[in-house]
Amino acid sequence: MTIPDVNWTSIGTELILISTAVLVIFFDLVVKDKKKDSLGYLTVLGMLGALVFAMTDKEGTAIAFGGMITNDSFTQFLTVLIVGVAIIVTLMSMQSLREGSMDVGGYHTLVLLATVGMLLMVKGLDLIIIFLGLETLSIAIYVLAGYRKGAEQSAEAAFKYFLLGAFAAAFLLYGIALIYGATGTTRIEGIAQYIALKNLGTNPLLLLGVGLLLVGLGFKLALVPFHSWTPDVYEGAPTAITAFMAVGVKAAAFAAFVRIFGGALPLIAFQWKDVLWMLAVITMTVGNVVALSQTNIKRMLAYSSIAHAGYILVGIIAGGSVGWSAVLYYLGAYAFMNLGAFGIVVFYGYKQEANVEIADYAGLGFRYPFLGAAMAIFLFSLAGIPPLAGFMGKFYIFSAAIKSGYIWLTIIGVMNSLVSVFYYFRVTVIMYMKEPIKEVVLNYSLPITIVLIIALVGTIQMGIAPNFYLERALDSIKWLIG
Amino acid sequence: MLKEYAQILILMIIVFGFAGVTLLLSSLLGQKKKSDTKLMPYECGIDPVGTARQRFSIKFYITTMIFILFDIEALFLYPWAVIYRRLGVFGLVEMGVFILLLLVGFIYVWKKGAFEWD
Repeated sequence: MTIPDVNWTSIGTELILISTAVLVIFFDLVVKDKKKDSLGYLTVLGMLGALVFAMTDKEGTAIAFGGMITNDSFTQFLTVLIVGVAIIVTLMSMQSLREGSMDVGGYHTLVLLATVGMLLMVKGLDLIIIFLGLETLSIAIYVLAGYRKGAEQSAEAAFKYFLLGAFAAAFLLYGIALIYGATGTTRIEGIAQYIALKNLGTNPLLLLGVGLLLVGLGFKLALVPFHSWTPDVYEGAPTAITAFMAVGVKAAAFAAFVRIFGGALPLIAFQWKDVLWMLAVITMTVGNVVALSQTNIKRMLAYSSIAHAGYILVGIIAGGSVGWSAVLYYLGAYAFMNLGAFGIVVFYGYKQEANVEIADYAGLGFRYPFLGAAMAIFLFSLAGIPPLAGFMGKFYIFSAAIKSGYIWLTIIGVMNSLVSVFYYFRVTVIMYMKEPIKEVVLNYSLPITIVLIIALVGTIQMGIAPNFYLERALDSIKWLIG
Repeated sequence: MLKEYAQILILMIIVFGFAGVTLLLSSLLGQKKKSDTKLMPYECGIDPVGTARQRFSIKFYITTMIFILFDIEALFLYPWAVIYRRLGVFGLVEMGVFILLLLVGFIYVWKKGAFEWD
């Protein structure tokens, strides 16, 4: 018997993260309650190690494990993004873990394992690996969503997410099964080749499979009409985990989306592009319009994240080197600004998330000038005001859409972007123009300060000097253009 | 391609036919003497003492979950043991890592008190 080729370095990032998870769970038993902070730092250390490994790994387009896993530049871009997101999420949870009654060791371990799942989704060259990654990340996130002990909302969030998520996973798996039935393979490349060979453009089995796959991924991406879980889950979960779901899970799911639709199904694009067109329009519109009437900042950011998924979808529809790279650029910009905004919600939310109503933010601007200014910058960036990251992201996405001839889609997108300005500005207005309604005492701690500074620098830098990121985004989609 | 499934179809027809005919015949030909004892739900021969739809302690859930985990661990050992010689040192190391990871989990649930009933 021959053992399949095992290339350990190709999954080095994952191995480092898993080893860290095992170490953290082990030290959790040894470390005294007062020193649980050290577990957070150990987690961050392991993630930094993984980040360094991912950045220095120069294998190019190495394909390992019999073609199941790849380490191309696309993977590397998203690995750095996702591990970076995980580091920031860990840092921003440390303060609330210290204050709350949550189990520290389990929390960090689950974040680490969820990150591994995301990386597998990005690395997978086979639908089964992508599904495996999705499940690894989902199960960890289901648990994390219910991590606020004693909070009814949190339990509701976990349960809702679990039930609907299991349902969506079934859709995804059924889609994979039908695609396998139509093409005889689950390999991304194999599917594309078979479609080209047999000209399967109108094969009902294949199209049904693609449709079910779209439902399964659409659920994870919270596209309308598969979004109904999003506001409740985002509101109930611990805020740092909400940020993780809004940024990390979305980045991984969009990567899988690009890999599958761009890599395996480009030849039947004429079939799925119209569907995505409609999905993008209703996702943007519903997200932005419903966000207008929210009074809870976590719910508002949940709807805003739905709307942003709609914008990213526009980039996928546009396609081509401009469109795909715009998608990756947007994911990066979105990560910085959204993590920043959520970081402030975590920080200001304080013990047991007491201040998560938008009204609670009254007076934040003049009582905590740095925090207020930072929040304003993140919200302006989310709204797409130049010269911040969000503006450049939207600019690339919409210019790609115009280049591909989707004029109406662009018009709808820009109009949506205008609508969104209202609810982002409303928070800013409340922060600076209203008298505070309650006393909030905040103490800066090292981790949260690092989070805010990284997010601020990223948001501003990606707006002013976008070339550094754009070049890497362009470099990482070469495999798609061929 | 569909022809290969014809055998399964035939099997399905036979299975459903057999079960259907048996049930039909026994309901047509069999005698029916209904008594309280016969209509009672079957619970291993003991008279039911109450409704089965009641809340169970969450502790059962934890115990069951841990049981399944280690049950599956044992299950994975079988295929490995069958081709142990052919896998050689590589297989031994792989299995060692696998069991080591589960051992860490075992120590974790132990220390967290999952095995204590109260």
